[in-house]
Amino acid sequence: MSDHVQHHIAVYKKVAASLAVLTALTVGVSYLDVTVPVAVTIALVIAATKGSLVLSFFMHLIEEKKPVPLSSRGGIGLIIGSLLICALFFLVIIFIPVMGHSDKVGTYFSLPNANAPTVETPAAH
Amino acid sequence: MDIPYIVDERPDTGLTNVKLGIWLFLASEVMLFGALFSSYVLLRLMAPEWPVGAEVLNVPMGTFNTAVLIGSSVTMVFAYASLQMDNLAGFKKFMGATIGLSLLFMVVKGFEYSHEFDIGNFPWTSTYLAIYFTMTGLHALHIIGGVVVNAYFLGPGSKLWETNKTQFTNRIEAAGLYWHFVDLVWIFLFPVLYLL
Repeated sequence: MSDHVQHHIAVYKKVAASLAVLTALTVGVSYLDVTVPVAVTIALVIAATKGSLVLSFFMHLIEEKKPVPLSSRGGIGLIIGSLLICALFFLVIIFIPVMGHSDKVGTYFSLPNANAPTVETPAAH
Repeated sequence: MDIPYIVDERPDTGLTNVKLGIWLFLASEVMLFGALFSSYVLLRLMAPEWPVGAEVLNVPMGTFNTAVLIGSSVTMVFAYASLQMDNLAGFKKFMGATIGLSLLFMVVKGFEYSHEFDIGNFPWTSTYLAIYFTMTGLHALHIIGGVVVNAYFLGPGSKLWETNKTQFTNRIEAAGLYWHFVDLVWIFLFPVLYLL
C-alpha cells in the first residue's frame, strides 16, 4: 500500500511541475503577435493538456478503467461511460452557437442579380 | 438505516456509491459550466466588437491565482495520500494548506473585483464583463462551497477517522475530486477570459 502511494506522490510532483510550466507557457504565448484563431487554438490546446493532466492523475481517471464486473462483455466502467455521454452532450451544447450562427431558416434570400436593371421592353404602339 | 456501499465497492458497478455519486454530480457540473462556455462563444461570435481580456483584466493577478489554485489541488492530493499512508497529522497539514490557498485565491479575486468596480466596470457595463462576472462569480461560489466542506473535514468531520478510516478516506477522495474539478474549470476560464 505504502509503495503504491509513494509512487503516486512521485507522479503528483511531476504533474504539479508540468502544470506550472504549462501555466507559464500559456501566459507567454499570449504575448505572441498571432491572429485570433491561432491564439484561441494555442490557448485551448494548452488548457486541454493541463485539464487532461488534472483529470488523469489528480482525479485518477487513468486508473478508473475497471470494467463493470457483471457485464459479460466487459465494459469501460460507469465513470468513463457517464463522462463520455456527458462529453457528447457538451459537444452538442458547444455547437449550438455554431448551428444558430449558420441557421438561415426564415431569412429572405434573393439572387445576386435580383436588383439588376431589367431590359426595358419597347413600348407597344 | 446506513447508506449502502460507502466503504465496500458495489459488486455490479465496481465502485463505492460515494465515488459514483460524486462523478455523476461532476458530470452535471460539466453541463452547467458547459452551457456558460457555450453562451460565451455565442455572445462573442455575435458581438460587433470584443475586448482583448488582457487589456481589461490584470493578467499577472490572474496568473498568480492560477498558480495558487493549482497549488491547492496539489496539497489536496497530498492530503488524500497522507490518509492512505495512515498519517492523520499529514492530512491536517495539507488540508489546512488547501483551505489557506483557497482563501488566498478568494482574497486576490476580491481585489480584482473591487478594482473593476472602482474603474466603473460592472456586469452591466458590457457583454464581455457580464459573462466575465457570471462565470468567475459562479466559480467563486464553487470555491466557497469547497472551503466549507474541506473545513468541516479538517475540523469536526475528522472525528470519523477514529471510528472508520476507510470511510473517512473515501470522503476525502470525493471532496478532492470536487476540488480538482473546480481547479479544472479555472484552467479553462483563465485563458478564455484573461488572455484571448
